[in-house]
Amino acid sequence: MVRRTKTRPIRVLIAKPGLDGHDRGAKVVARALRDAGMEVIYAGLRQTPEEVVRAALEEDVDLIGLSILSGAHMALFPKILKLLKAQKAGNIPVFAGGIIPDEDARRLKKEGIRAIFGPGTTLQEIVTTAQRLARGPA
Amino acid sequence: MRGAARTPPLARAILRGDRRALAKTITSIEEGDPAIGSVLRILYPHTGRAPVIGLTGPLGVGKSSLLSVLIGLLRERGKTVGVIAVDPSSPYTGGSVLGDRIRLERKANDDGVFFRSMASRGEAGGVAASTREVARLLDAAGFDVIFVETVGSGQVDVAIRGVATTSVVVLVPHLGDEVQTLKAGLFEIADVFCVNKADLPGADLAAKDLSELVALGAAREGWAPVIVPTSTTTLSGIEELWRGIEAHERFLDQNGLRAVHERARLSAEITDRVKDRVGRDVAARLDRDPDLRRLLDRLVAREIDPAGAADELFRARYAKS
Repeated sequence: MVRRTKTRPIRVLIAKPGLDGHDRGAKVVARALRDAGMEVIYAGLRQTPEEVVRAALEEDVDLIGLSILSGAHMALFPKILKLLKAQKAGNIPVFAGGIIPDEDARRLKKEGIRAIFGPGTTLQEIVTTAQRLARGPA
Repeated sequence: MRGAARTPPLARAILRGDRRALAKTITSIEEGDPAIGSVLRILYPHTGRAPVIGLTGPLGVGKSSLLSVLIGLLRERGKTVGVIAVDPSSPYTGGSVLGDRIRLERKANDDGVFFRSMASRGEAGGVAASTREVARLLDAAGFDVIFVETVGSGQVDVAIRGVATTSVVVLVPHLGDEVQTLKAGLFEIADVFCVNKADLPGADLAAKDLSELVALGAAREGWAPVIVPTSTTTLSGIEELWRGIEAHERFLDQNGLRAVHERARLSAEITDRVKDRVGRDVAARLDRDPDLRRLLDRLVAREIDPAGAADELFRARYAKS
């Protein structure tokens, strides 16, 4: 896998899978990642897992961030991971944020979501983690 | 993957329309990866086939929404579409939010559309430095029509002329009075004017101002720009917009202008490329030129002026004979 050097901006897809319309969090994170020098492809609301994966591949992103508040994370996130693997793109790190109970978070991490941010997470923490995930070895 | 990506199999994959290969190669072009040059050389003879439609205009006029409905129209007609959507990079951090995808509505598994967002990465003029090369790549990959959506443009952002075969300038009602249409720059480059949000009051006045501009003789090479009111809310005018674009493409063919324009675009591209390399070379040399430091001393002491200093250095280092 090609690793980004300092001169290449990290490309990250921010998407909201599922049907809730609460995109404030996704927008705030998109803005913070932008201010950290990343190129943020903002895919917006109501994305199907197929659309998320398609966008990630077309945009050749280094990283995918998913925001969800609908409670459907246990259905949608594993599906996105599975579709990525099916496209031989399982090496693209995926992180997530939203309302995700601790127990679900543990299971999702086991499935391959690399980081999960709940309410109260600082933007700096998200930025630092995103940089580490995009640049660091798996 | 990286090693294999530098050999002709990559070119073959792109000619086959392999989407991953396409996406990875666009990244290499954006990064200025020198290793991709050999692939682009192989692909170049496969370009020059698809019309490249530029969508430009101020921010918020509805370029992305128009793009989405135009893609829908072309897909209904069985045409495949490659899209480059450019958004600005931050002058402070280099970061950007590329948000043109959010308007995109398409069937989830439609391989007939390839959509790529690009950050302008410090390039002025409305497109990114590598947009021309990426448009050629989409052409080589076999898409029937290529769209390039520029950043929200100002009056001088006319770089789309160097990329597109047809330039659509998208405007909305109440952008200004008719004197705005007389100004040089953006209004000059339109092959097609689109007055979007035509469901809002004032659209007929905007269209009238534009038609007076066209009547005043804005026609270039015998083409009088088409003016089309559209609304992406009611979907009115979308077919007419595409017909206007097609009419211009036909006009290029019927009047032998396609080749003339292509030569002009390529000439500008070569000039840009050479200027860029010469410029970087000159900057690097001047940076360590002891004469520059001596001249700076004299400049600060007001013994010579900047034009004289540049002239002296140019004569000493670059003038022939």
